[in-house]
Amino acid sequence: MKPNYLNDCGSWFCQRFPMVKMWNEHMAQYYAPKNFNFWYFFGALALLVLVNQLVTGILLTMNYKPDASLAFDSVEYIMREVPWGWLVRYMHSTGASAFFIVVYLHMFRGLIYGSYKQPRELIWIFGMLIFLALMAEAFMGYLLPWGQMSYWGAQVIISLFSAIPIIGDDLSLWVRGDYVISDATLNRFFAFHVIAIPLILIMLIFLHIIALHEVGSNNPDGIEIKDSKDPWGHPVDGIPFHPYYTVKDIVGVAVFLFFFATVIFYMPEMGGYFLEHSNFIPADPLSTPEHIAPVWYFTPFYAILRAIPDKFAGVIAMGGAIVVLFFLPWLDRSPVRSIRYRGGIYKKAIALFVLSFLGLGYLGMQAPTANATIAARVCTAIYFAFFLLMPIYTRWEKTKPLPKRINEQPSLEDQIPAIKEAFAAMTHDVPENRNGQTVMHTRPDASGIVHELSKFAKKIIRSLD
Amino acid sequence: MKKLLQSCLLLLMPLGVFAAGGMDLDSADYDLSDTKSLENGAYLYVQYCLGCHSTKYIRYLNLADDFGIKQQKILEKIAPEGAGIYDKMLTAMNGHDAKKWFGRQPPDLSLIARSRGADWLYSYLKGFYIDPARPLGVNNAIYPDVAMPNPLWKLQGKQKAVYKTVDGQEVITELVTEERGTMSAEEFDKSVNDIVNFLVYAGEPIQLERISMGKYVLFFILIFAVIAYLLKKEYWKDIH
Repeated sequence: MKPNYLNDCGSWFCQRFPMVKMWNEHMAQYYAPKNFNFWYFFGALALLVLVNQLVTGILLTMNYKPDASLAFDSVEYIMREVPWGWLVRYMHSTGASAFFIVVYLHMFRGLIYGSYKQPRELIWIFGMLIFLALMAEAFMGYLLPWGQMSYWGAQVIISLFSAIPIIGDDLSLWVRGDYVISDATLNRFFAFHVIAIPLILIMLIFLHIIALHEVGSNNPDGIEIKDSKDPWGHPVDGIPFHPYYTVKDIVGVAVFLFFFATVIFYMPEMGGYFLEHSNFIPADPLSTPEHIAPVWYFTPFYAILRAIPDKFAGVIAMGGAIVVLFFLPWLDRSPVRSIRYRGGIYKKAIALFVLSFLGLGYLGMQAPTANATIAARVCTAIYFAFFLLMPIYTRWEKTKPLPKRINEQPSLEDQIPAIKEAFAAMTHDVPENRNGQTVMHTRPDASGIVHELSKFAKKIIRSLD
Repeated sequence: MKKLLQSCLLLLMPLGVFAAGGMDLDSADYDLSDTKSLENGAYLYVQYCLGCHSTKYIRYLNLADDFGIKQQKILEKIAPEGAGIYDKMLTAMNGHDAKKWFGRQPPDLSLIARSRGADWLYSYLKGFYIDPARPLGVNNAIYPDVAMPNPLWKLQGKQKAVYKTVDGQEVITELVTEERGTMSAEEFDKSVNDIVNFLVYAGEPIQLERISMGKYVLFFILIFAVIAYLLKKEYWKDIH
């Protein structure tokens, strides 16, 4: 008989390492609920973006110089002289924004389906720690191009430490390693950005996933799939993660990549939101730019900081806005997880919260006029009220009865007839004109559009109860 | 604490707005695929701008490669006397003199189109007017009190500002020609456009290639998405 070397090697390895066991536990025999919807793509996409950031980041460090006198030039060197350097750099800069988009959506999923609730509190805590590490990673990475906005953004944020009584000034000096942002700061931020924080991030993501696989995934219905099992002990409403969700996530990856590539190839600056215009001017410690605004993903928290008239209180509020998220599993006293079975108060509260968060994000980018400050204060109040009043309104409200098994939800294909119908209602056909040269046979119909929009608005308002 | 707050607010507040001159920006009509315009822009840039402003990330060789022109022609027609094809587009003016003459060193313009935008540059270059109150006798409607004189005055001629009073403040409404230059208004607009075109190119020389590459990448991803979707459908057909 012909010896099978590959197999022999494989079994040699498998006798010494629990590869098959790990594969089964986390992929082939990890049962996930079968009703994951659109919101469930973002965990896998966050992993994809992480890999993108690691790979492009490593490539960038090969040509980047963490030195105040060379950093800016080295970035332009990557953009112009290094073969495909521009692509790697845009993938990294766009990836940073994509990371936050994906993570914010991932967190929002947890919020609406109650994924943080018992027994998944620890997953949420690990997730929040990942979010913190990600913010640190992004903040430090943003200094590295050494442009005006890198420099002055870091200057403003680090000076916040000096608002802490007694130790503040020494603390900010210790963080910077100098009295202003300087070469020393750039070097230590580089060290944190390329090795310290990525290590912490990877470790936390590992813990996040292990903790998830211990208790199993939540789902849009917010009920435990482990409550109803088949004779072999598998959840009836569960399907093995591999191959079902691996092939499904690949579709999500493809759609994500489409948007990602559109930004990279057609609008890498994203109108100044992903790469700020002032950051194309080298850092100049002697000239403060007209308008200092952090990158878009920090602006909600920045707006909270500015909304509070006292600097130290502002720092506390900004920190509090993130700390309060850690306590979410214990603030929510509702007996049900998913928004589908909650009462109207919670739905309205979430809608208000989303509006206030988006509002804060917008206000954080604008110059602080008197009206903007008032608006930011209102949004800040809503933001905190959503969390701090949660123990009260989630206990009060009447929830709907939970189903025993997972509900069948119409898939995207099932909705195609409805979409076609709505399209038909919003258009009308024009008869052929005399010379047979009608340009558009189907034309938009104003009254039809108004009718459909009001129907849609009514549906949304109804769904809030 | 109050002082701290004030300094913090000062740091956070915008100190002014770009278009403080009260004039709206004209839109530049640049076209990066127009190599004739880029070539003319580079020529004008070397003639009128390079005296003070470097474009240190661009080499003369880049112009030859990116515009599809022979290296010899770049050296003869565009590059200043004595420049080699591998030289960067550096100004001959030294920083020390510049500080003495203008109060600050003229900035490198490699990335000016990315920080200011094409429309701003176009309007700025056309925005000089006579103002005896300024040390060099000219001011700019787009960038008030800029230290730079009008490098293109011979081509453009001299402009005068027309003011109107809004809330007790004089605001420029338009600039009118007082003394004609060697170019007509249309010729001058085209020349400024060419310079802007060159500066937009200099901001990111790869951009044309990047944009033309995009459709192939997106097409590939689209095909990939369709295959991935069909695969998913096949796997999921027995899940109910």
